[in-house]
Amino acid sequence: FLFDLLRVVMSGRRVLVAVKRAIDYKVQIRVNKDCTGVEDAKMSMNPFDEIAVEEGVKMKENKQADEVVVVSIGPKKCSETIRTALAMGADRGIHVEIDQNLFPLDVAKVLQKVVEKESPQLCLLGKQAIDNDCNQTGQMLAGLMNWPQGTFASKLDFDGEKTVQVTREVDGGLETVELTLPSVITCDLRLNKPRYTALPQIMKAKKKPIDTITPEDLGVSISPRLKVVSVNPPPKREGGGKVADVDELISKLESHGLA
Amino acid sequence: GLKVRVAQATGAERRSGKELTKVGSSGGEMWSRTLLKSLRGARQSSQQSGERSLGTLCIVEAKDGAGGLDSASKATLACAQKHLPKPFVALVASDAKGASEEAAGEIASLAGVETVLHGVSDKEGANGLLAEPLSQVVAALVGKLEPTHVVTGSNTFGKNLLPRVAALLDSAPITDVVQVVDESTFVRPIYAGNALSTVKFVGKGPLLLSVRTTAFGSEALETAQGAGAEVASVGAEEVAAGAAAEALSEWVGEEKSESERPQLDAARVVVSGGRALKSKENFEMLEKLADQLGGALGASRAAVDAGMCSNDLQVGQTGKVVAPELYLAIGISGAIQHLAGMKDSKTIVAINKDPEAPIFKVADYGLVGDLFKIIPELAEKLPSQK
Repeated sequence: FLFDLLRVVMSGRRVLVAVKRAIDYKVQIRVNKDCTGVEDAKMSMNPFDEIAVEEGVKMKENKQADEVVVVSIGPKKCSETIRTALAMGADRGIHVEIDQNLFPLDVAKVLQKVVEKESPQLCLLGKQAIDNDCNQTGQMLAGLMNWPQGTFASKLDFDGEKTVQVTREVDGGLETVELTLPSVITCDLRLNKPRYTALPQIMKAKKKPIDTITPEDLGVSISPRLKVVSVNPPPKREGGGKVADVDELISKLESHGLA
Repeated sequence: GLKVRVAQATGAERRSGKELTKVGSSGGEMWSRTLLKSLRGARQSSQQSGERSLGTLCIVEAKDGAGGLDSASKATLACAQKHLPKPFVALVASDAKGASEEAAGEIASLAGVETVLHGVSDKEGANGLLAEPLSQVVAALVGKLEPTHVVTGSNTFGKNLLPRVAALLDSAPITDVVQVVDESTFVRPIYAGNALSTVKFVGKGPLLLSVRTTAFGSEALETAQGAGAEVASVGAEEVAAGAAAEALSEWVGEEKSESERPQLDAARVVVSGGRALKSKENFEMLEKLADQLGGALGASRAAVDAGMCSNDLQVGQTGKVVAPELYLAIGISGAIQHLAGMKDSKTIVAINKDPEAPIFKVADYGLVGDLFKIIPELAEKLPSQK
């Protein structure tokens, strides 16, 4: 308890970044034989979460944050993902260990408890996980905390002490909102370009602390409200047709009534 | 699945309601009390048999200058009409009174609608569309009306709003639905659309879902026989719930593209450019082609990242998902993430210098060659402006 109290008192500006371990974005996934999911493949940090980590580390470098804490929820190997974030420049990690696959509501509830424990001034999440493509967790965390949310962020401006201006990528173009702090930000593609981690940083990261806990330790009982009935491949698209030149292309378009 | 019995307010209740449709805060409050009384009355009688009377709450966005309902709103209403329990109440969120009244009028003429509510916030402008206050209004409305389903579009408005509402209601939403199997089972794409997940809602309370425009947008909306639905103001209590959250955020400004061309997510033809175009000036070459084909402009992530065009043109897993009659992919390699946004197009044409480009695997007509020669030739030979 005293350590937690000290931590809060000395927190300065703390940024909490949530990262997910997901199938690498370059992988061509395949649905498994019993249609319950996809075949195992190479795992990496969710690309949007890399952007979130990068933003937190940049904030520290720009003296806009004093500490970057990384949290990940999942099986043992999530600690590798946390280690990557530490190599990028995060200060310490929290691994909430659970083997079960969680839906965003349960993830948000776990994160809520971590937020209550760590008292960050800002939560950075990736816009969406490229495995389930939900794009829900950040918004749900913000709702549970009754904090403002800046989703699909392409630019953050911390000019004010107590507010942040967030430029968001929306359907019509760009929109800027001003949020009071603390708030939840979900990071979009163009917010920044995540750094590569060089060997010295990777070595340094091995010494940074990772605290491993369970959802029960946080007082969260997982209660899934959704059940995956089946996972199936999409209808196959036949492609590979070729035309020799522009004239042939135009005649094909005309035959479809498109030109 | 859930059994829902539709209860209709009596003729007398509707008539008394009709006299109070003029919007004004006290009039609105009185009207919403009348509406609630009639729905509660219906609900009480159905509660005796343990069933809810209101089917679905639809949330639609009406933007100033949009000229009527946008494609995401139409898809939301079409899904509610064809697949979700009736009757439904529509809530119109807007940044301008005129736009919200216009949209409300349009929705009121649809079949299956019981009431259209608007006037979510007393705040002017785009602050009325912020998720922090709006989610509180929706949550309060759900508490009052007790729908079995809440549905909105899977565009940036719905993506920003619905999960927050779900968290307030302690519910797990099902987003980006492409197919309704039954009232508690839905199909949604995962892994950039390379797999389809069939998900069943096994929780209690309302089922919140968002629908992909391309999956429901083409279904025509059915108009009501006879008199239209009531149009009314959101009740004072719900407005107050929203107002309590107004201190959290503020709309500052926007940068929106203005164009005479069709909207990307509803266009019949999309002319889309990628990295190989190299510059903004070259990208503008596609504008003439788009106009000749009567289409919208689209882009790959690489083109947007390189500053060739604005972000609202991006087609892909995390950008817009489109399914036009014709998708012309020009100088686009066809990465997994881009295909996710256009592989349901009816006809795909690809123009690329690299014969191994993955885009050719999904293209109906692929033309291998230099786009800087092909595009001008195409523009010259195509019949002029549609």
